[in-house]
Amino acid sequence: MQTHACPDCDLLQTIPNLPAGGKASCVRCGHTLATGTVEPIGRPLALSIAALLLLIIANIDPLMDLSAVGRHASTTIIGGAYQMWVDGEQATAVVVGFCAVIAPAGYILFMLTVLVGAGRTPVPAWVGELLRWADSMRPWSMVEVMMLGILVALIKIAELAKVEPGIGMYAVGVLMLLIPAIEVSFDPDAIWQRVVWVEPKASPEAAEDPHLGPSS
Amino acid sequence: MATALTAAQAGLIGCEHCGLLVQPASTAEPGHCPRCGSELESRRRRSIERTWALVIAATICYIPANLLPVLGTTTLGSTEYDTIMGGVIFLYTSGSWPLALIVLIASVMVPLGKLVALSYLLISVQRRSPGGNRERTRLYRMVEFIGRWSMLDVFVDTFTVALVQLDPLMSVRPGAGVMFFAAVVVLTMIAAATFDPRLIWDAGAEQEL
Repeated sequence: MQTHACPDCDLLQTIPNLPAGGKASCVRCGHTLATGTVEPIGRPLALSIAALLLLIIANIDPLMDLSAVGRHASTTIIGGAYQMWVDGEQATAVVVGFCAVIAPAGYILFMLTVLVGAGRTPVPAWVGELLRWADSMRPWSMVEVMMLGILVALIKIAELAKVEPGIGMYAVGVLMLLIPAIEVSFDPDAIWQRVVWVEPKASPEAAEDPHLGPSS
Repeated sequence: MATALTAAQAGLIGCEHCGLLVQPASTAEPGHCPRCGSELESRRRRSIERTWALVIAATICYIPANLLPVLGTTTLGSTEYDTIMGGVIFLYTSGSWPLALIVLIASVMVPLGKLVALSYLLISVQRRSPGGNRERTRLYRMVEFIGRWSMLDVFVDTFTVALVQLDPLMSVRPGAGVMFFAAVVVLTMIAAATFDPRLIWDAGAEQEL
């Protein structure tokens, strides 16, 4: 049992211990406050390792190949951002590079480090710091949007020339599923409960439950 | 529940990063979260002013994003320019209407819907409207969730440009519209993160409970 303030409406409420697969929603606004996960560290760790491998494949192998009148062309993710830069759209190239490569890579690498670091007792304070970094990368990691973009481009170009999907595209397709899977199987509270506080003099017992509870 | 308090009413602050409930010595200057070290704020600072600034900037960029071409296709010396709507029409006439619909929703309707939704949320908070809090919070969550999908057209253009490089037979170059379009998506995503949904509930705190 823990008292929490809902991040969406600020209402104070106590969250009971949840069974696996259980979900606690805010009584007032419906925001999901907590979810019960089976293996909040092991499972996302396994998924993060798989995601790292696919991230490498997705960035090395070509997304698609084009052939027309004996000429061939292919592109990778970084090749797309690079071509935008060369064609004078530097700002767009930076946005594409960030959302398609840097943010997903950052999210996966930070999560991996957090999950490996979570195995130590007590959990060092830098794990919490990296978890904040991973959280700030997540909204900008747009692998699933990129996947749909690749498909639309593929179909558009198919009108003009022969195109074939490459290995990179399949890797992006799997990565698109792995990233939300990491997020769902992970419970940040499993880290925050055990992390070393930044200000060691503040006693956890005093601040954890300010004895409010639901007053009747 | 006879009485329910918000953290602000109880003089507490829930840390936005790690969720710890903190009782700061002074609510005016709460300092940092003792657990994760991030800055504590009862409400996001100057949320309404900042969100308005971002929404207005995005609205301004929305106009050139739709009027300027996003792609220029050069076939044997002659160049054709396509705007976002042009791309949707191309997909529709070439027979893939489901794709045309996806691009139309992601590139035209979602950005416009986000601008309208955020403006509505801001105005309703400023006028201290008490009703429909749950619905407005749900609208906010939808804006937050759906925003990223507008980046679709930027990715389509990027990979089209990168792949179709068959000089002198045929080549595709990006147009100035892409930059404005990417700016709309980035600005509205930051605007959604700057808006504080707790403000929706602050207005009618007394009537609600």
